[in-house]
Amino acid sequence: MNQFSYVRPASQQAAIDALTKDKSARFIAGGTNLLDLMKNGVVAPEKLVDINRLPLKSITLNNNTLHIGALTLNSEVAAHTLVTTRHPLLSQALLAGASQQLRNMATTGGNMMQRTRCSYFYDITMPCNKRTPGSGCSAIGGINRMHAIFGASDQCIAVHPSDMCIALAALDATVLVAGPKGNRRIPFGEFHRLPGNTPDKDNNLGKGELITGIDIPASPFTQNIYYLKVRDRASYAFALVSVAAALDISNNTIRSARLAMGGVAHKPWRLHEAEKALIGKTPTIENFRIAATVATQSARTYKHNAFKVPMAQNSLVTALSKAAAV
Amino acid sequence: MSQAPNENPSCPGKRDKHEARRDFLKQSSALMALALTPPLVVKAGEHDETIAGLFEKMPVSLEVNGKAYQLSVEPRVTLLDLLREQLNLTGTKKGCDHGQCGACTVHVNGQRINSCLTLAVMQEGKKITTIEGLAQGDTLHPVQEAFIKHDGFQCGYCTPGQIMSAVACIREGHAGSPEEIREFMSGNICRCGAYDNIVAAITAVKQGGHTV
Repeated sequence: MNQFSYVRPASQQAAIDALTKDKSARFIAGGTNLLDLMKNGVVAPEKLVDINRLPLKSITLNNNTLHIGALTLNSEVAAHTLVTTRHPLLSQALLAGASQQLRNMATTGGNMMQRTRCSYFYDITMPCNKRTPGSGCSAIGGINRMHAIFGASDQCIAVHPSDMCIALAALDATVLVAGPKGNRRIPFGEFHRLPGNTPDKDNNLGKGELITGIDIPASPFTQNIYYLKVRDRASYAFALVSVAAALDISNNTIRSARLAMGGVAHKPWRLHEAEKALIGKTPTIENFRIAATVATQSARTYKHNAFKVPMAQNSLVTALSKAAAV
Repeated sequence: MSQAPNENPSCPGKRDKHEARRDFLKQSSALMALALTPPLVVKAGEHDETIAGLFEKMPVSLEVNGKAYQLSVEPRVTLLDLLREQLNLTGTKKGCDHGQCGACTVHVNGQRINSCLTLAVMQEGKKITTIEGLAQGDTLHPVQEAFIKHDGFQCGYCTPGQIMSAVACIREGHAGSPEEIREFMSGNICRCGAYDNIVAAITAVKQGGHTV
């Protein structure tokens, strides 16, 4: 690992100042992705700003909106009664990610800030536009079995590996941010970015901006929910495809639906058109198949990942069936 | 548990050789560190802000296996390297060093974590338990006993991490069934494939009602 200076600021403002002043400084919370990247020489910050002592660790309910502080651990969120009762989809997604050891380290904000990545991003001997803008993409003509089928560009086809973020995208969360110019709120769907011509940017945070927490609005999705993760082994592996499915069903009719997928795009991939296709329909396998076809219409595949399209369709049908218990 | 390989009659004297090599490495790395470390004074911060410069070491106070330590480390030293290289607690193993194998699992304030993916300076004021801190004197921890009884290892390299993880798994209440144990132990890889026996050992401790 490269040498770096280390600062443990006593206040949120001091943390933001430390990052604003120093171009190569990074915040560190759990460190599970950042230190791994540093060990591989993928990133080499000259200063780490340890935010772990800031008072951003909380889970509270304010006017039916669930607030989760940015430093709340993934394991704490997954097990908290307010989460398991009001947003069980988030709890399921968190428990599908990483291992218990990592969930005991990884924070809510840090999970969102983990890099969108592929094995070429990690291999510093290979070209990668995300790591070194303009150097080329090794994945497009390389081994691309794990890669994106939605929203990719000719610059980058890596996928966002989070499970937590897929549930938060489906649940219409809001990201709370503090920065040198004050506080702002970012709708979850606008937090992460597609690669376009700037694959080095995973999200829309500005320099010195710090995630302080997330808000999740009250939702009817407490019963008919399911998080499905399909991967190469039964546990502790990144998703080939994952699906967050939430349905509001009454009188055997779908009143509203939320669908998002992981492992398929540079950012959590919300399926608005497929959701619309479900509204007013009865929860049947046939209707789920129609929605799955709508969901994958814009898919584009590469040499090794064409299997992800039928896998995505089947996963959507399975997740919706489990959510609806049909 | 770290002494278990000695009980294998097929490798007599192995431990001595390993210790000699370890001591050599420790001596030479200590000399190297001495030669490379500039004699800078660490400034522990104004307004509660703690700072260490690029080549500075900074003070860290933590408790390991019930013993208080006041140490001085470079910011880039991981908790794993601190335990192994500075405190000689080599029971905690470095497997992948990237959080993928679980061999480095220790407890921090009672929670299991991968010690390879956290900096020692981030553990200021924390209480750490390693595999060396589980037994009470000569009395092994029930999970250590169970791993021996159920043959929960072959080469033994992943075993300290497996045991630390297993103790936490039971304490968390995640050892209710073989399926749950497998899910919540999935962060610990055993390339010898002793999984069935590991699950049996954890199940036995859980069902035996032992206090872990």
